[in-house]
Amino acid sequence: MAELTYLQAISDGLRSEMRRDDRVFVIGEDVGVYGGAFKVTLGFQEEFGSWRVIDSPLAETAIVGACTGAAMMGMRPVAEMQFADFVSCAWDHLVTVAAKQRFRAGTPVPIVVRLPSGGGFSGGPFHSQNPESSFAHIPGLKCVCPATPEDAKGLLISAIEDPNPVLFFEHKHLYRRIKGEVPEGRYTVPFGKARTHREGEDVSVITWGAMVYTADEAAKKLEAEGVSVEIVDLRTVMPWDREAVLASARKTSKVLVLHEDTRTGGFGAEIAATVAEEAFEDLDGPVKRIAAPDTPVPFSPVLEKAFIPQVDDVVAGLRELAAY
Amino acid sequence: MATNTQIDVVMPQMGVSVSEGTITKWLKQEGEPIAADESLLEISTDKVDTEVPSPGEGVVAKILVQEGETVEVGTVLAVIAPEGADVEAPSQDGEMPPAPATQEAADEAMASASEGVGDVSQASEPSTPPPAPSPAAAGENGKTFLSPVVARIASEHGVDVSQIQGTGTGGRVTKKDILAFVESRTATPAAAPAETPQEPEPQAAAAPPPVAPPPPAPAPLPPQAAPLPQPQAVAGEPAPGEAVEPMNAMRKGIAEHMRRSLDTSAHVTSAIEVDMSRVVAIREKLKPEYESAYGVNPTYLAFVARATVETLRDYPWINGEIRGDKIVTRNFVNLGFAVELADGKGLIVPVVKNTEGLNLLGMARAVTEIAARAREKKLMPDDVQGGTFTITNPGGYGTFHGTPVISQPQAGILGTYAVVKRPWVVQDELGKDVIAVRPIMNLTLTYDHRLVDGALAGRFLRDLREKLQSWGESDY
Repeated sequence: MAELTYLQAISDGLRSEMRRDDRVFVIGEDVGVYGGAFKVTLGFQEEFGSWRVIDSPLAETAIVGACTGAAMMGMRPVAEMQFADFVSCAWDHLVTVAAKQRFRAGTPVPIVVRLPSGGGFSGGPFHSQNPESSFAHIPGLKCVCPATPEDAKGLLISAIEDPNPVLFFEHKHLYRRIKGEVPEGRYTVPFGKARTHREGEDVSVITWGAMVYTADEAAKKLEAEGVSVEIVDLRTVMPWDREAVLASARKTSKVLVLHEDTRTGGFGAEIAATVAEEAFEDLDGPVKRIAAPDTPVPFSPVLEKAFIPQVDDVVAGLRELAAY
Repeated sequence: MATNTQIDVVMPQMGVSVSEGTITKWLKQEGEPIAADESLLEISTDKVDTEVPSPGEGVVAKILVQEGETVEVGTVLAVIAPEGADVEAPSQDGEMPPAPATQEAADEAMASASEGVGDVSQASEPSTPPPAPSPAAAGENGKTFLSPVVARIASEHGVDVSQIQGTGTGGRVTKKDILAFVESRTATPAAAPAETPQEPEPQAAAAPPPVAPPPPAPAPLPPQAAPLPQPQAVAGEPAPGEAVEPMNAMRKGIAEHMRRSLDTSAHVTSAIEVDMSRVVAIREKLKPEYESAYGVNPTYLAFVARATVETLRDYPWINGEIRGDKIVTRNFVNLGFAVELADGKGLIVPVVKNTEGLNLLGMARAVTEIAARAREKKLMPDDVQGGTFTITNPGGYGTFHGTPVISQPQAGILGTYAVVKRPWVVQDELGKDVIAVRPIMNLTLTYDHRLVDGALAGRFLRDLREKLQSWGESDY
């Protein structure tokens, strides 16, 4: 076990799969010579050569289109969007082609699209979004949102192994800020299995990605007030671990769903609706959502702080729910 | 009872499982004088019909519940006042919630007292004043929100939520509050009624005490049956040609019990044919003797009952009961007899206790006596409780087969049918088959297949037949 940053863990997982399997290759803007905008693939071109670490033109459509074709021919492409926000350019290839190919023609499309996502450092409206709910809504796509270095590596390997198109949302704010023990060698973390980040009795927080840490800080504050908070880290949004969420809801009877994406139509709505449907008779309070307001992500640091759910927002929500 | 103060007449508790009663008739009207212990009214419950005596001497000052109405045990039915006294409102001496501060709170308290499964704590503890209304019972608009989980726990544990001090928003009772209440109730036996049920309810034995204590008071239904909706007709105007009449307490009780029994036991029926030649012969000999000496008719039923009690000795599970995840057997047989009431509008199963100690004469006497009291509606609550096995006898009308419903929580019910002369293959003295005319009776055993296997039931019927076909007079 070595202590790695979240970013190093992703690099480690990608590198180990490329060493293990010749079919795995990387394609994206500046992923080769420059080593990627965030240096995830730094040194990869030296090790694997320019045919397996391909610098693409500034064209997300081309990147995902190339991946889709290569995957249908038996390759295991891993594309990098320089920022998750730009995946919208590749929407047609992902949603119309990659997601449906298996169902139309029986051809698997084992591609991974890495999506540096999330805000918290004044990236503005084009460099800060968390678009997982848009893709979770598309049957045929899988959406992965790791929160820890260990999960980031294990889930990336599962994503490469998976025969379906997988969107791998890696949170930029966690890249160098979060460190953790990461097992050496190859291991996988299964899709659709949540992780209990923190055990608690009184209120459940269902969340994923960077918000796991926001929830954790809030839980520590609430603990001082005698409120015990459970945190469920979904790890993958599609498929998502309904059983774990419902079990936690039944245990605490009070559920707060927290995400960094905007509120309306966010994936939290799906979770809240499911809890209301399946665990209605176990609820002791309304299912509450804390999410970003329905606006583009503001550039101003002050406004961005008001936009992204903060520890104090979660503390207030938890207090209210605990007292209900 | 002193006659210088006014006295409330309340709906009496007519047995541990009786929670309500119907006023069938007022024998005195308002203004009429009445002596202590003089009959004041007639009531009907799902167990017994009886008269209620006046608790004191005076004048019937007020009748508060009209004929035909059904009210909970403990409800004030009438007020007896000293002659010439001014009549006040009912004193509400603990039977009713204390006078609430507001009309809304009063409505709330009444609503919570009259609805909700298992909500009989007030009725069962008439001498204990209910606790003061909590903030939950007197919220801003008199209504307090129950969350789904609290409503469910309240229903499962028979909790009156209005008795819990809420700590949530606006005094709302939270899940923690109700769980703590349930736990404290389990921990303090004083909260349980002084009168314990004579028959422990099976669920009480099965359920782990901390999470599922028995209800605090005799509930109208066992807990597992509580969530089942009472059979209730959808209110609607009768169509042309239809007539509608109210269902009395006994019919409601029968309906509930029959449904619950089918929902509880795995009913299977096996049948056997019995050559009753010997029984017929013995009966013909004994009948004049019994009638002249004891005034008792030795019926076929008495013979079958005697043989059944003896056979049950060898089949304790058929005389047993599933209680939770345990099997209960006994060294006695309390035999229930299904009796049709005279008006054909009801059925009751009085129980003859300890029939293992009765010979044929004792059995015949006991059956005759208890059936007569049942038809005359003179059974006491104890007479219909504690059965371990039941015999039903629909054969009087010539029926030759049936599939009776088990009287819960028993494991079996024996059906006896008409004795019919039938051509029967027997062996003559040379060992040749010949056809003879024989009195044949069919017997059915309906048993709970959860406890009794088919082979066991078959052996029971075989042994019972053997006794009836071979026993001599002295064996009875």
